[in-house]
Amino acid sequence: MRIRWIEAPAALIGGVLLMVSAIAEVAALDGKALIEERCAACHDLTGPAPATFEGLLKRKAPDLFYAGSKFKRSWLVGWLRNPTPIRPSGVMFLNHIVVEGGKDRIAADTLKTCQANLDREEAEAAADHLMTLVDASMKTGVIDPAKKFSTPKGRRLFTKQLPCIACHTAKFGKRTMGGISGPDLTKAGKRLNPDWVYARIADPQYWDPMTWMPKIEMSHRKRELLTLLIGSME
Amino acid sequence: MKRSDIALWAAALILAPTLWPSAGRAGTAADDYQNYCAQCHGTMGTGQGINETAGGLSVSPRSHINAEEMSKLSDEDLRLGIAEGGDALQKSGLMPPWGKTLSSENIDELVIYLRKLCKCVGKQ
Ligand code: HEC
Ligand code: HEC
Ligand code: HEC
Repeated sequence: MRIRWIEAPAALIGGVLLMVSAIAEVAALDGKALIEERCAACHDLTGPAPATFEGLLKRKAPDLFYAGSKFKRSWLVGWLRNPTPIRPSGVMFLNHIVVEGGKDRIAADTLKTCQANLDREEAEAAADHLMTLVDASMKTGVIDPAKKFSTPKGRRLFTKQLPCIACHTAKFGKRTMGGISGPDLTKAGKRLNPDWVYARIADPQYWDPMTWMPKIEMSHRKRELLTLLIGSME
Repeated sequence: MKRSDIALWAAALILAPTLWPSAGRAGTAADDYQNYCAQCHGTMGTGQGINETAGGLSVSPRSHINAEEMSKLSDEDLRLGIAEGGDALQKSGLMPPWGKTLSSENIDELVIYLRKLCKCVGKQ
């Protein structure tokens, strides 16, 4: 085949472009492989969650097999590069208790943080894969995060009418308060998908059969209010 | 819980500070108590669970080893309080309802367990 002078450089550029894209493809991180290699030693990526007390005591890290339903991708990308504590009593509080004179406290030096520490590219790839791990039966589009709600009413529900504050740390205005046996919710709005928060409150044991958060019956309106309140915690 | 188990808890209390013993718990009620109740009422039932000692509760949880206070409640009161929460007994709503989490058999066993903790019988 004869190549005319004008076609030669075009073919050359085309070839280079092809090569560049092929290299990029090889270099693009495989989030699934990364997670299976570097996270599966601690995190359950397939489920089901522990169904016995013994299993609960052995769990090393939070389950990630429904991460795509639970988290906001934007939060994952940032946090995976620099994990900070979320659970003030660890993954299972009973594994971190010291008793002194009949009083329990958490032995802070026994708490473990997540070992993710990914770079930007790895975090993006890991987040992409985590977002595919969804619970297919969770209803989506239940919560409209932009809906107006009354903060004082929400706060009263969270701290007085229902026992949420007994186990969760929350921030109201400048005041941080609450218990520590559940995850810290002070930045939950940045972290969690509102539809999942709603579903988690509705049926904690659906997600984690042995969880020590009680299932509490309430109206849709109240659960929506709690979800919007938690969504505003950033 | 057997008498020897109570002795073990008591020993742990005296030998404090100790790590919470993770082995040797046999019964379901004992496990349920540790998993669901100890976070507020304490692993020893003293009312000094982590949520209380961290300053998270505006009303203190009942001490389940206080025979005087615990004998003022009937077994039916205990059952109702556990299943429906503090509200059902005109007490603090910080005591959660467990009736949608635990079965009525689980709750009956917890009532028996509480009576062993307080070494007392309920008001008839
Ligand atoms: C050595 C064990 C360990 C390894 C390895 C590890 N993690 Fe974690 N991870 C933890 C623990 C413990 C927590 C809970 C931290 C907390 O709540 O304060 C956690 C929390 C998380 C959370 C938040 C979960 C939630 O429900 O709040 C995510 C997301 C996560 N890890 C992702 C990863 C990824 C991705 C990797 C691999 C790149 C990884 N982790 C590797 C122990 C580990
Ligand atoms: C008796 C303690 C307790 C009470 C009461 C309680 N929770 Fe929880 N909550 C927990 C525990 C334990 C978890 C899950 C722990 C984990 O994932 O490691 C949890 C998880 C959550 C989560 C998900 C947080 C996350 O980061 O994974 C939300 C949201 C939540 N609770 C909201 C509420 C609301 C709203 C109430 C009141 C109706 C409430 N909780 C009452 C203990 C409690
Ligand atoms: C989130 C914290 C919390 C958890 C978890 C909790 N309680 Fe309580 N409980 C309380 C508080 C606070 C009170 C005191 C209420 C008051 O005096 O107004 C209380 C009171 C009680 C009482 C006494 C009721 C009365 O009329 O005086 C009993 C019995 C009791 N709890 C049993 C249990 C059992 C059994 C469990 C586990 C299944 C449990 N509690 C879990 C916070 C908790």
